[in-house]
Amino acid sequence: MPEAASVDYLEVSGLNAWYGESHVLHGADFSVRRGEVVTLLGRNGAGKTTTLKSIMGIVARRTGTARFEGRELLGLPSDQVARLGIAFCPEERGIFASLDVEENLLLPPKVRDGGMTVDEIYQLFPNLEERRRSQGTKLSGGEQQMLAIGRILRTGATLLLLDEPTEGLAPVIVQKIGQVIRELKARGLTILLVEQNFRFAATVADRHYVMEDGRVIDQFRNDEVETNIDKLHEYLGV
Amino acid sequence: MFELLGIPPQALFGQLLLGLINGAFYALLSLGLAVIFGLLNVINFIHGAQYMMGAFVAWMLLNWAGIGFWPALLIAPVVVAITGIVIERLLLRRLYHLDHLYGLLLTFGIAIIIEGLFRYRFGSSGQPYDNPLPGGHNLGFMYLPNYRGLVVVASLLICFGTWFVIERTRLGSYLRAATENPTLVRAFGINVPRMITLTYGFGVGLAALAGVMAAPIYQVSPLMGSNLIIVVFAVVVIGGMGSIMGSIVAGFGLGVIEGLTKVFYPEASNTVIFVIMAIVLLIKPAGLFGTPR
Ligand SMILES: Nc1ncnc2c1ncn2[C@@H]1O[C@H](COP(=O)(O)OP(=O)(O)O)[C@@H](O)[C@H]1O
Ligand SMILES: [Mg+2]
Repeated sequence: MPEAASVDYLEVSGLNAWYGESHVLHGADFSVRRGEVVTLLGRNGAGKTTTLKSIMGIVARRTGTARFEGRELLGLPSDQVARLGIAFCPEERGIFASLDVEENLLLPPKVRDGGMTVDEIYQLFPNLEERRRSQGTKLSGGEQQMLAIGRILRTGATLLLLDEPTEGLAPVIVQKIGQVIRELKARGLTILLVEQNFRFAATVADRHYVMEDGRVIDQFRNDEVETNIDKLHEYLGV
Repeated sequence: MFELLGIPPQALFGQLLLGLINGAFYALLSLGLAVIFGLLNVINFIHGAQYMMGAFVAWMLLNWAGIGFWPALLIAPVVVAITGIVIERLLLRRLYHLDHLYGLLLTFGIAIIIEGLFRYRFGSSGQPYDNPLPGGHNLGFMYLPNYRGLVVVASLLICFGTWFVIERTRLGSYLRAATENPTLVRAFGINVPRMITLTYGFGVGLAALAGVMAAPIYQVSPLMGSNLIIVVFAVVVIGGMGSIMGSIVAGFGLGVIEGLTKVFYPEASNTVIFVIMAIVLLIKPAGLFGTPR
């Protein structure tokens, strides 16, 4: 019997997407339940980023369905998607050079009640408070990633889409980000995490989907990762 | 009385004031262009026509409805801004994803149409507009007409007020961020298309406001904008396309330089700004305050 907690919070099915004439997603299917941390794993070019951008409404040409709390997202412009309570942390981090750290942090407007306060975010990432008057892009890569995550925590969004937050970062910062993701989960947030590093993904996620060529080709519960390790190596080419 | 390099002070300060007044208009107009270019990526060639429309709306308000200068200062920019918003919604919006050149050509064409319509209706000769603040003060070294002093002060306030809003407030941080990455700002839940429309309306309103302020100083004529806008584009290039501070500093600075050239080397006064533009382009192609993009 499905309980309220296991009803699909985000449900994506038959998702197709195009950049101009180039057809990138070919019917991706997956779902995320409320309060879960779910990853999309896959090699470079598999379509993970495009999937997040399609949910967000950033990719213009899409077909299929993507429902959040039962509401269809395809067809909505991205500002309305955000207003429903979905926040996006892009792969390239998207820190604004013409804004200082605190302006970057305050940029995304509140979309729901229950977001973190600026003080709470500074407690989570003390470096950001020390550097609050620095130009956003003067921060180190790790600090920029913390800022990119920190700024969407204020908004009250309940579904976070994080695109490779650990990419290119030193192990201690990767650990810190893992710790933050677990804390966000404990606060009840739902997270769809794109990763190439399944070692890291296994420390934070409940379930994993594997993407290849714009489709979801396999899925595992986190406790199945060890027994499927060879398959995963093959999928991810590591 | 002292003399400077054989120039009587009355002449020197007179030209300096004239330079400041021209500079006030250069600054207001290039500021609007900078705000528009920053967010819309469009070189708004209608700007001169919109300045002219501001002056004409004030003139019509006065001559057809008996509404004087001070209310016109508010009404005319709003009216012209609304026409700008219509143009943005119907036409400009379709060009944002294309090269600057398309926006430039479209706005250039619209400017010619608007100026043609006004010439058709009003002819090319200027219409006078009474000075709303007659009188002046003798400052000892020069005579300062009240209205001209007001124009310089008002323009400075408007320019720095705009700078403050853009660089120091939350609203301004939205604008700066959307200038860098509109897609991401929109994905945070901000209605960027509406922001773009309002920004265009604001820039156009600034041009119209400058036009109203110019009406009592220069004559109100269909060509008043196209005469000015060529110089203003040079100012924009010197200050740095899209730079707020650059347009303010270059606007006033070049107005003053032009005024002083009239005193010391009158033959060059019409070309000095273009000479400076050529030099700046050679040394710093992005302009004095611009960042290459
Ligand atoms: N803006 C774009 N225009 C055209 N093709 C793109 C664009 N972005 C990504 N692609 C292509 O779409 C495919 C999927 O890319 P992406 O979703 O970024 O993959 P991933 O995030 O899994 O590495 C790749 O083949 C990539 O080259
Ligand atoms: Mg990617």
